[in-house]
Amino acid sequence: MGLENTLFESLPDVVTVKLDAVINWARKSSLWPATFGLACCAIEMMNTVSARNDLSRFGAETFRASPRQADVMIVSGRVSRKMAPVLRRIYDQMPEPKWVISMGACATSGGVFDNYAIVQGVDKIVPVDIYVPGCPPRPEMLVHAIMMLQDKIMKESYKDRRDTIEAESRVSLVPGTLPVTEGTALERETEIEVAQNKASRPYTVPSRHEKRRSS
Amino acid sequence: MGTEKLHEFVEKLKGENAGWIGDVKEAFGEVTITVPRESITEVCTSLRDNHGFDLLADLCGADRGPEEDPRFEVNYHLFSTIHYNRLRLKVVLSEDDPHAASVEPLWKTANWHERETYDLFGVIFDGHPDLRRILLPSEFDGHALRKDYPLRGYEPYSLS
Amino acid sequence: MSVITENVTGQEVLDPSLDSQMTLSMGPQHPSTHGVLRLDLRLDGELVIHTIPDIGYLHTGMEKLFEYKKYQQGIVITDRMDYLNPLGNNLAYVMAAEKLLDLEIPERAQVIRVLMCELQRIASHMVWLGTHALDIGAMSVFFYCFRQREKILNLIESASGGRMTPSYFRIGGLMMDLPAGFDRKCKQFMDDFPEALNTFDTLVTGNTLWQSRTRDIGIIEKDDAISWGLTGPCLRGSGVGLDLRRHNPYCGYETYDFEIPVETDCDVWARFKVRMRELYESHKIVRQAMERLKPGPVKADAPKVVLPDRDDMRKHMDSLIHHFLIVAEGFNIPAGEVYMPIEASKGELGVYMKSNGGPKPDRVHFRGPSFVNLSALPVMSEGEMVADVVAIIGSLDIVLGEIDR
Repeated sequence: MGLENTLFESLPDVVTVKLDAVINWARKSSLWPATFGLACCAIEMMNTVSARNDLSRFGAETFRASPRQADVMIVSGRVSRKMAPVLRRIYDQMPEPKWVISMGACATSGGVFDNYAIVQGVDKIVPVDIYVPGCPPRPEMLVHAIMMLQDKIMKESYKDRRDTIEAESRVSLVPGTLPVTEGTALERETEIEVAQNKASRPYTVPSRHEKRRSS
Repeated sequence: MGTEKLHEFVEKLKGENAGWIGDVKEAFGEVTITVPRESITEVCTSLRDNHGFDLLADLCGADRGPEEDPRFEVNYHLFSTIHYNRLRLKVVLSEDDPHAASVEPLWKTANWHERETYDLFGVIFDGHPDLRRILLPSEFDGHALRKDYPLRGYEPYSLS
Repeated sequence: MSVITENVTGQEVLDPSLDSQMTLSMGPQHPSTHGVLRLDLRLDGELVIHTIPDIGYLHTGMEKLFEYKKYQQGIVITDRMDYLNPLGNNLAYVMAAEKLLDLEIPERAQVIRVLMCELQRIASHMVWLGTHALDIGAMSVFFYCFRQREKILNLIESASGGRMTPSYFRIGGLMMDLPAGFDRKCKQFMDDFPEALNTFDTLVTGNTLWQSRTRDIGIIEKDDAISWGLTGPCLRGSGVGLDLRRHNPYCGYETYDFEIPVETDCDVWARFKVRMRELYESHKIVRQAMERLKPGPVKADAPKVVLPDRDDMRKHMDSLIHHFLIVAEGFNIPAGEVYMPIEASKGELGVYMKSNGGPKPDRVHFRGPSFVNLSALPVMSEGEMVADVVAIIGSLDIVLGEIDR
């Protein structure tokens, strides 16, 4: 009759799954963003949360004002030089595991504003997992970015412990799951790897260093 | 258009003190009076109290370029909520002595406008209660909107 | 009470003998500050003694960027200034350039400009109402408001291609004509809108909780308001009936029939009522504009300034040459300076444009209404509780992009 009656009757009482799968499934299904709306992209982020494109369908139920309770920081808007230390501080205050989505052209690379006042890309300050282009990106693009982040999280390994401060570079257990720093994802080598189909999907290309920039 | 009324104000100001009016220019329906630097406070007081220009709509600076002398201009855009006329006053300052009197005692809104002009151009307003940077970071070196300040700044941003 | 004394070196500091006082930094990342605004609050318990706003966290150097871009390239940058009212910014910049060029704009373009600006005003007030209510605690109003705003953004997107950064106006008219079916969709929206306004009135205006949170808070008297340079709904809430659409008209606004809402209470409640009534008035203006739409050209007759139609450009040699020159080299605007004020949704948005005869402006300065409105915050919030500061910021309707430029 119902799905539960037919399907779950054929399953045993105890099921064995990979620990990775369960942990990652729990993490991806309740990604709570920290409010980091800076400029115009913040309004599109508000549009994503409102009734028409509802982000809480994907687990981003509430936007936490306090970074201590947040999982993902969506940097939406242009980061000026005065704001950059504040951005780094909020990122440091977030507990692990944490991810960063750089939303919009200004956060990704400085956007229209190539001048003295704007940091040319937020990956000069924090390591970024997903870049979303657009000025501003449509709400559907931000939803797609959250879904891409969820796919990326599903591939991680819990053995990549994030709370250690490492001085040397290390390789993650699953390539392509650590965030990208210093714009290396936009570099030529990674493009070549994608062209030669050495990367599984274009957006999980491993960064050149796989070095976690945490403090 | 309404420029006859504006010229009436100019005539009244001339009647009070002819030294106040440096140069009158009329273009695009607006009247610009160039006022010598020393008499800007008196001109503004007279316009606000006697002629009804009670709203300072805008106070902005402009840089004519490093080779020009005088280099800086400060424009005061006055508006009246009583007779709805607009007038522009202009003060020109040279680079060696970029001081102008503050009109903050007359219109409180000049507080932030003068701070912004100081921040972006380096024009110092004497008598301002709190002249410090407002838009750029307080440790910023230089005045960003001057023509000889490069667009991309001097060094890219780095956390260290 | 005097909280400032002098220490041994003669500097003015906060009096340390007042133990009950503390300084709270309502930091740049805060859900209720409508952007990256930092407020230094000197508090005695919950009572605010002094507020010092600290801005500049979104300073983008737009005014310097204008000097390096041709006139028509600057239109794109103006979108990002007051990002809730981008068509208003576009209009101010474009009209300043047209004033310098002394261009005459065809009537259909004027009517469409008025139509789009009033739709944009409604959209901006929707964000204001949603975020103001969200800060005070009424969360469901946010979703209703953004639902209405989505409809307007669809209309703007169908006309110009961009939801929040349309850049729809050009120097000399519009980018292109309204698409087919626009008037039907706009009429549909206008027919549904009064019902939405009734919903807001039911949810918010008649609510005793709302009234007790907003009455007698954030008072600024009429003379203070004029001295601090307030304009727009903040000034109209303090009893001054000034509206640039009526008193410094542009774009044919003097031929439209609308009222100017004025309230005399000078508090947050008065500004709220002014903006709610402005929604009704904008609705009336949009209806009048839609009735006046007649077929006609939407670009001025100035081949050196206005891009020709694509068809023309493909068939005629001189149109092709003009297109190429305008896009590649830009057009020169004769030397002069002009100040063009318009009534944006937040107050008087003024553009001071100075040209030196070349294709790029010499100085462009935007007098942002939020910049001036925010400077009056210390006056409004003295003696209020911290939670009321949030309500006052909401009633000022600030947008940090315009403040910091």
